[in-house]
Amino acid sequence: MTDTPLLKVSGVSKFYGSRIGCKDVNFELWPGEVLAIVGESGSGKTTLLNCLSTRLMPTAGSVEYRMRDGNFRDLYHMSEAERRFLMRTDWGFVHQNPADGLRMTVSAGANVGERLMAIGDRHYGKIRETASDWLSRVEISTDRIDDQPRAFSGGMRQRLQIARNLVTGPRLVFMDEPTGGLDVSVQARLLDLLRGLVNDLGLAAIVVTHDLAVARLLSHRMMVMKDGHVIEHGLTDRVLDDPREPYTQLFVSSILQV
Amino acid sequence: MTDLATYNFAYLDEQTKRMIRRAILKAIAIPGYQVPFASREMPMPYGWGTGGVQVTASIIGPEDVLKVIDQGADDTTNAVSIRAFFQKVANVAVTTHTSDATIIQTRHRIPEQKLGENQVLVYQVPIPEPLRFLEPRETETRKMHALEEYGLMHVKLYEDIAHNGRISKTYAYPVKVDGRYVMDPSPTPKFDNPKMHMSDALQLFGAGREKRIYAVPPYTEVVSLDFEDYPFEIQKFEQDCALCGAHGVYLDEVVLDDKGGRMFVCSDTDHCEDRREHGHVGEMLAPSKEAAE
Ligand SMILES: Nc1ncnc2c1ncn2[C@@H]1O[C@H](COP(=O)(O)OP(=O)(O)OP(=O)(O)O)[C@@H](O)[C@H]1O
Ligand SMILES: [Mg+2]
Ligand SMILES: [Zn+2]
Repeated sequence: MTDTPLLKVSGVSKFYGSRIGCKDVNFELWPGEVLAIVGESGSGKTTLLNCLSTRLMPTAGSVEYRMRDGNFRDLYHMSEAERRFLMRTDWGFVHQNPADGLRMTVSAGANVGERLMAIGDRHYGKIRETASDWLSRVEISTDRIDDQPRAFSGGMRQRLQIARNLVTGPRLVFMDEPTGGLDVSVQARLLDLLRGLVNDLGLAAIVVTHDLAVARLLSHRMMVMKDGHVIEHGLTDRVLDDPREPYTQLFVSSILQV
Repeated sequence: MTDLATYNFAYLDEQTKRMIRRAILKAIAIPGYQVPFASREMPMPYGWGTGGVQVTASIIGPEDVLKVIDQGADDTTNAVSIRAFFQKVANVAVTTHTSDATIIQTRHRIPEQKLGENQVLVYQVPIPEPLRFLEPRETETRKMHALEEYGLMHVKLYEDIAHNGRISKTYAYPVKVDGRYVMDPSPTPKFDNPKMHMSDALQLFGAGREKRIYAVPPYTEVVSLDFEDYPFEIQKFEQDCALCGAHGVYLDEVVLDDKGGRMFVCSDTDHCEDRREHGHVGEMLAPSKEAAE
């Protein structure tokens, strides 16, 4: 980790009409750091994640991102072209439902290769080689490279979505309930894989989850949300082992007992 | 009132023609960009070239000489009826000779004979959007064009190679125009793509049902998309035309009998006739050539 943050979030609020989506969120994220956003259903996790990743424009606040040239840019004041370029090169976004993040009617190889082609790679053989390499990294047999994700299990689809996002070597990955739709046994394997990749690649990540086991395994720090507000924020182990807010205590005990 | 007074010249009213001409001018100014236009009902069904007909109707003048082809032929139902339509509503001269035409409306082919500066090629386009097959949302494809996000085009070519071992797409092969917009040359065979590149003639594309007009101005770069290790190439025909002996032209297969007999002849019928008039003979018309020698 360096001494300069990757992301500086200040005063981010999103209202849906008069309803609060999220309110006055402030934090910084460092390179290589994994932040978990936890909270019960409707607490504003997805709203916040979408605001941070510019998929949604907030009602107020700013998010600054340190570009590869070292300069900070205010994401909400970038042109759409710049934002979209950032999203498909330096960022990743892993959806809970893999179908939202994959092209279901093109092959696994093309799903992984798409970002490479989008940034100008024009050598079929090399694109295929890279795609094949990424499939093995996410534990998909390379002889499935020409199969469509429609023919994949839920776990495979999710791993394919991850490969598709990581192929351009992003520095920051957003994930919304990445293990959400999966069987428990499949979840464990995916988490293991994710943890390995994040460590190996030194990725920074913001992971939304209502599953504290996911937060415990993946994240360094966590934020607890309630009714759109961040009510507790700290190192993951500290928050889970020694929660300060009564709500967090309740939340942690209710789930960890299971 | 006479019969003629019931029609405006070239069927469309002047107001509509002005609107379409403005779209055409805009299309010429931004090569390869699809300009929306208020497509009119024409006295023929969609799929019969209503887009091309509206473009032709808007640019044609009394002095023009019109040629209409479907595939490469002037005598198919579609070509004949469009030609007859303009004879009736514009009273213009028509021709089958490529070199005599000032406007050529086509559904597929580009004539074999090189077109000149005094000629306009009008294409009838069914589906103008090259990104449509993978991205059905119009709002999204428009954004992709605006931001020059064309990775998807190569995804499609990648898939083709992955499944067929080569780029098997032979028609409507995508091109990049003037280094900027990716364009669908519509049902034109890829054999003709190189003819679009730096053409002396103005090329106009009209899609009636989809309400789009686009253009390639003369002397504009038109590059077929490909991969470094799978470069674009046109169809190669082993045979020569059986009638006129032409080599390196686009050939159609003609079945001769039910015993597997067949021959290959020029798809561009005018080109074939012209060659024969100039004394060129193919295998089929010179059956005893070997015996005579
Ligand atoms: N598009 C929208 N229009 C109006 N209200 C919305 C919209 N999206 C979310 N909300 C509201 O904003 C609040 C936060 O929703 P959000 O989806 O961010 O919660 P969440 O923490 O991601 O929940 P879950 O765990 O169920 O995914 C909720 O009250 C929700 O009803
Ligand atoms: Mg959510
Ligand atoms: Zn011939």
